[in-house]
Amino acid sequence: MNFDFSEDQRRLQEEVRRMLSDYSTSSAVRRVLEGESLYCADTWTQLAGLGALGLALPEAHGGAGMGLLELCLVAEEAGRALAAVPLVSSIYMAAEVIRRAGSEAQQAEWLPRLASGEAIATAMIAAHGQHALVVEPSRIENGRLFATLNAVPDGMAAQLCVVLVDDALVLVGLDGAGVRRTAQASLDPTRPLAQIVCDGATVELLAAHGGQQIAATVTDGAAVLMAFEQVGGAERALYAARDYALERRAFGRVIGSFQAVKHKLADIFASIELARAHAYYGAWALATGADELTRAAAAARVAATAAYTLAAEESLHLHGGIGFTWEMDCHLHLRRARWLGQIIGNEHYWRERLATTLIEKAA
Amino acid sequence: MDFNDTPDEAVFRAQVRDWLETHATRRQRRDEKFGDGLDREAYLAAAKAWQATKAAAGYAAIPWPKEMGGLGGSPAMQVVYAQEEAKFLVPGLIFEVSLGTALPTVAMWGTPEQKARNLAPALKGDHIWCQLFSEPAAGSDLGNVRTRAEKVGDEWVINGQKVWTSGAHNADYGILLARTDWDQPKAKGLTMFILDMKAPGVDVRLIRQATDEPHFNEVFLTDVRIADSARLGPEGQGWKVMLSTLMQERFSLGENFSGDLYDQLVDLAKQAQWGGRPAIEDRCVRAGIADAYIRQFGVDLIVRRGMSAISKGVSPGPEMAAVKLIGARAFQTGGALAVELGGAEGLIAASDLGQQWRMPQMLWISGPGARIAGGTDEIQKNTIAERVLGLPGEIRTDRDVPFRTLEG
Ligand SMILES: Cc1cc2nc3c(=O)[nH]c(=O)nc-3n(C[C@H](O)[C@H](O)[C@H](O)COP(=O)(O)OP(=O)(O)OC[C@H]3O[C@@H](n4cnc5c(N)ncnc54)[C@H](O)[C@@H]3O)c2cc1C
Repeated sequence: MNFDFSEDQRRLQEEVRRMLSDYSTSSAVRRVLEGESLYCADTWTQLAGLGALGLALPEAHGGAGMGLLELCLVAEEAGRALAAVPLVSSIYMAAEVIRRAGSEAQQAEWLPRLASGEAIATAMIAAHGQHALVVEPSRIENGRLFATLNAVPDGMAAQLCVVLVDDALVLVGLDGAGVRRTAQASLDPTRPLAQIVCDGATVELLAAHGGQQIAATVTDGAAVLMAFEQVGGAERALYAARDYALERRAFGRVIGSFQAVKHKLADIFASIELARAHAYYGAWALATGADELTRAAAAARVAATAAYTLAAEESLHLHGGIGFTWEMDCHLHLRRARWLGQIIGNEHYWRERLATTLIEKAA
Repeated sequence: MDFNDTPDEAVFRAQVRDWLETHATRRQRRDEKFGDGLDREAYLAAAKAWQATKAAAGYAAIPWPKEMGGLGGSPAMQVVYAQEEAKFLVPGLIFEVSLGTALPTVAMWGTPEQKARNLAPALKGDHIWCQLFSEPAAGSDLGNVRTRAEKVGDEWVINGQKVWTSGAHNADYGILLARTDWDQPKAKGLTMFILDMKAPGVDVRLIRQATDEPHFNEVFLTDVRIADSARLGPEGQGWKVMLSTLMQERFSLGENFSGDLYDQLVDLAKQAQWGGRPAIEDRCVRAGIADAYIRQFGVDLIVRRGMSAISKGVSPGPEMAAVKLIGARAFQTGGALAVELGGAEGLIAASDLGQQWRMPQMLWISGPGARIAGGTDEIQKNTIAERVLGLPGEIRTDRDVPFRTLEG
């Protein structure tokens, strides 16, 4: 048993962290927040330059051939830096589906471009229950896709979308005929959403069968990776509140000396420790393809969603009035925590998924 | 990162398993417990015998060096052993304080003579130890200890009262925190001693615990004589010695809070009927089981992170306070959910309702104790806030003045 990342992995994490603190600054993130761009192109290019986007992709297809453990650490740093980049859509989801389901040719066509950041893909592979307001099921007729996809992450920035239709996985070019897309205002504008309407769009088949299974595995993987983002974000929010509590004075002392404030921060810390422990377990299960993946991913997701939500809400609260302004980054965490906690199914969905695996395991 | 056994650990696991098969009985049902039907004397004798068997094989203190009676193993091996032992019917809890906190303190601070005399018999289970820190006026505020130790020749004469002393009624020895200098501020005038619990003037009285079990005690100390050679650590350094004991407690905490309550909840929820349907089909129940797993298995995982840190030579620090905070909550809320599952019948005690309800009911009623013992929730949070997050300490008007002036 060695329940920690290696020295090399930590060095990579350090490097990514340094780069992100230079590039994914508050003002860079805020350009996306204000709708000036669809994502932080600089940050994206730098991530690609460090090889971070292709860490888990095969060397033969432009990746580093390392594995998902390294990607987990990138995710943690992306969360900490509030990075406004299409990691969830293009890397955790679409690239993973193509890697697992695509033919050699399909992988050769897309993975190098996704790894270099030159192309962006997204994915709509949610299992039943994760989209609550979707109107109609997607269908394929004579190789053409008819679908109305809502809340597609990075749907405007992407050139390609992976779609799950019944048990099949298909690729749709988003710039082609028969595809109409419209931006949908996102509660976290730094992680934009779009509606994609496919009205007879041509599709390329990734997998005719077994799509549900692959989609479920990729979604479990995304849950783990996002748990790392959530842990990174939660830690940033916690330490922002801690720093403020050491500086802000009231009643003749710093507010960080009031026990109600100290205990709130300690509660956030404990909640992050719990989330981190489950996230590590998830990382191990993901990287090794262990049978425990679904259980580990679901627990990591529920714990990390709870931790980031608590950290974001209470960090804002501890800043008082100033925390409630647009200028402070507190609301960025609040928005990001909500977005990450809900884009692949909310915590209730995942808690139920966890319960199901626990009951099956006990049987 | 590897959650599985290394090849060495796998070999060790197989070895442990073989050994357990030979020396203990495999548990058949989850709710089976060692020693059903044994009275206190018989249970104690069985527990001591088991401890001796373990010690002979080196399993009594796996991470300890061989010359101290251990196996010189890694913390991970300790985890492996605990995982395997949990599948067998063996006595529990008697040696928790001895091996978890008291002996490690002796190992850290003891003179060569003290170690030679005390470690081996404790590992073998011949001696049981307890920890005499808390007093009526010194719990969270342990610096307020008033038990008096006065030097007379090369002996110390002890007078005072300890309370909440777990297992004192079974103990042969204890580590005792007492005040030796009343002119120093609170934490500075303390000294640690090794107390022979059978010495004249030691009066142990059981306190009936809220769970209705005999567990902790009041210990009255009247003119008890302790040789200076039984002083543990330097005079006036008792606070430092005590802190290292509490540090040890952090390492042993994980084992106390691990378990499989979530699996038991699944079993119980399958049996229970809610509104004519198995409770296991109820969304709230399922959510409760999931949360129980997150807390309880999460504690295991946090501890394993700590273990990995130890094997890299980093000692897990105050952040381990989170373990107790989360683990005790897991007991209290998980136990309550189990009791709830039974509806009105859930209120019938396990003795009348069935063995499978015993553990959950026990967790429910003992959860509050877990949130107090070894530092309350609030004290754990102060530790995290101050020692991990770097926030200011509590305002203490009594910290720097001679203890004598605080009396009254
Ligand atoms: C089951 C059990 C076993 C035990 N075993 C042992 C043992 O073997 N040896 C031993 O020495 N002791 C033992 N104890 C004692 C235990 O360490 C103390 O009970 C504990 O430290 C609390 O002290 P207290 O009981 O005096 O409560 P108090 O310190 O009086 O606390 C009362 C309440 O006030 C709160 N409080 C106190 N200070 C603060 C603060 N600064 N900020 C916020 N809130 C505060 C506490 O959190 C608590 O809720 C045991 C206790 C239990 C329940």
